[in-house]
Amino acid sequence: MADGQQPAGASGPGAPVPAESNAPERVPATESERPTELERVVSWFDTRLGLATTARVAMRKVFPDHWSFLLGEVALFAFVILVLTGTYLTLFYTPDGRQVTYQGPYQTLQGASVSAAYASVMRLSFEVEAGLLMRQVHHWTALVFLGAIAAHLARIFFTGAFRRPREVNYLVGIGLLLLALGEGITGYSLPDDLLSGTGLRIIDSVILSVPFVGPWVASLFFGGTFPTVGILSRLFVFHVMLLPGLLIGGVTVHLLVLWLQKHTQYRGPGAREGNVVGLPFWPGQVFRSAGLFFLTAAVMTLVAGLIQINPVWLYGPYVPYVATVPAQPDWYVGWLEGALRLGLPIEPTILGVTIPSPFVPGVLIPGILVGILALWPFLEARLTHDRAEHNLLDPPWRTPIRTATGAAGVAVFLLLTLAGGNDVLAVMLDMPVESVTMAFRVLLIVAPVVTWLVVYRMARDVRDGYERRARTGTKPEPPAVLLVRGASGGFRDMENES
Amino acid sequence: MSQSTPETSRVERRIALSFGISMIAGFALLAVYLSGGQTQLEAILLAVSLGGIGVGIILWSQRLLPTELHVEQRHPAAEVGNPEAVREIVAEEGAITRRSLLIRALGGAFAGLAAALAIPVLSLGPAPGRSLFHTPWRSGLRMVGLDGKPIKAGDVPVGGIVTGFPEGVPGSADGQALLIRVEPGLLRLAADRMAWAPDGYVAYSKLCTHAGCPVGLYRSLEHRLICPCHQSTFDVLDGAQPVFGPAARPLPQLPIRIEADGTIVALSDFTEPVGPAFWNIHDG
Repeated sequence: MADGQQPAGASGPGAPVPAESNAPERVPATESERPTELERVVSWFDTRLGLATTARVAMRKVFPDHWSFLLGEVALFAFVILVLTGTYLTLFYTPDGRQVTYQGPYQTLQGASVSAAYASVMRLSFEVEAGLLMRQVHHWTALVFLGAIAAHLARIFFTGAFRRPREVNYLVGIGLLLLALGEGITGYSLPDDLLSGTGLRIIDSVILSVPFVGPWVASLFFGGTFPTVGILSRLFVFHVMLLPGLLIGGVTVHLLVLWLQKHTQYRGPGAREGNVVGLPFWPGQVFRSAGLFFLTAAVMTLVAGLIQINPVWLYGPYVPYVATVPAQPDWYVGWLEGALRLGLPIEPTILGVTIPSPFVPGVLIPGILVGILALWPFLEARLTHDRAEHNLLDPPWRTPIRTATGAAGVAVFLLLTLAGGNDVLAVMLDMPVESVTMAFRVLLIVAPVVTWLVVYRMARDVRDGYERRARTGTKPEPPAVLLVRGASGGFRDMENES
Repeated sequence: MSQSTPETSRVERRIALSFGISMIAGFALLAVYLSGGQTQLEAILLAVSLGGIGVGIILWSQRLLPTELHVEQRHPAAEVGNPEAVREIVAEEGAITRRSLLIRALGGAFAGLAAALAIPVLSLGPAPGRSLFHTPWRSGLRMVGLDGKPIKAGDVPVGGIVTGFPEGVPGSADGQALLIRVEPGLLRLAADRMAWAPDGYVAYSKLCTHAGCPVGLYRSLEHRLICPCHQSTFDVLDGAQPVFGPAARPLPQLPIRIEADGTIVALSDFTEPVGPAFWNIHDG
């Protein structure tokens, strides 16, 4: 391929030149004929890899200019921080369930029998300078990772970004969410402290509750009857190899499909179904994203350095005959814990098959909820008969049914999460825990229905209001013309130009 | 890139300051580390070091880089799908689907391969077998504490509770039991179980029948055991029947007798499986 020197006018940092940009070059014309140092380096690579043509197109890819499009990026950056800090942690952690005698600076546990894994976490926390900081950054970032994914999912759901042609990438995203949950649960279990061991015990019971296969799956997973010495090394492999590998692969697919399909965008001046309005990838978006990455890392470091999380030395090592109260899991597992707490004491035996009481709240209901979430793009297309392609996003009030359904889902999630702390709430409210639990059982039925009706009504009224005003000609929306100021100080009207 | 104006050089100075602060914080962190370290201070310095770069880059992008919006056209939908290519792909695939015998045979081969590959999976753990149905308790085994020494009846006052294990397996996960002493007259056990609870000493499995947590809380005035995990509540006087929470089965009772020297001796294993339920739990 013949890639001669670009004319002087097109050099510079490579930003697509706006129509009227006639910024004078500072470099004299004669010198611009000679390639700069950077140009020579880039050219060296290009004449070997031939990627400049592609890169030029990629650099001009447009990213919508709205903060809510950065939620997914925060999740991505949190993942990067998790990989970096997690790699550091593996240099100290020992995935070994065998008992050793603790002999470290933490006096309370001197001489106690703990697992080698717990001892290694204690050493990392108390004897490795800045080790505790790394551990806490890892744990805090894990909470933010799941939080950013949840917020990103909410944005996708409530604006209808999952509609055709993006159903595939939506499903990839749901898969990533489940992998992230798996990462959280396995990571929480690794320190082998009292809470993590109790959590594993509950997971074992939930697996056991599955009819027919439960006891087999539990035995294969744990390598025997709970508790087993070998489970930590298995969880470790899941946590640092299998799940991260799948996550990296899934994130790659997620971004690749995003790149191919281009971003959705909000309705606004110049935004149409057939275009994307926003900042180019280079330099605009790259700078923003890089800045966002460093700010995310800074906030995580600050929070993790100043606010204690998961003090395993206070919980003590896991022993199967001790449990503590109050004990809450990390926030993203709270809804499952809450579902178990609200479960009904019913254990029917049908045709010789017992349905253990954790099965319905611990397996069946979460499975149904995740299933509805995953299949929503298809359910909605069937419900609305809308199978057209959509690149423009809906404000939530335009789609009352979707918004109401999503809000009801959020209500269920919040209620279950709160129910996961029913004992803490009981203390705070100075009520018997039994009353709190009963209230949650009732609310769990009533709240989603009420939420659905109220949100549906609100969204519909807002939508009707807009439509009525549009019909009667009283137009509250300002006549939108996007004026863009060019480098030379002139204005141009984007709406009429594109 | 835009030209230098008083405005841009002011912004440039501010960005440089941000990067400079970041640099200073980074070196300061090194100094703190070398002089003995202090976790909170290290965190703040690292945060400033990262944040200085972040703030600088964001300022750079917002103030110095062009912020004009660009418009990129999408491919029309028709261009994304290519019916002709689809037809061609399907036509190629027809060469395969016509050989239905081979397809079926290949399917069978893969099924066989899947079965063969199940072997290493099955090696991941032993068959559950009857392991969930019994515990280390046997007739004649004494109840011991965590230290392995026998628990004496006299050690437990009325209203008291103690965690005991089968002799030889202190700390046993599935053999853990609670020995509770109540006023003998209060117990309302089934007639055939009264003999299992001599003199108001009654022993139950400590594993919750809901999700297997140790039932560690005891409200002695109400004679109720409460699981700290999901608040399942059991009535000690009434054979540990569940009275609240998600647990549906009573805690299995351990039949015991008291020897002349006060040691607690099991008459047998628990008569039902302990801990959380599974599908064939009642086949015991």
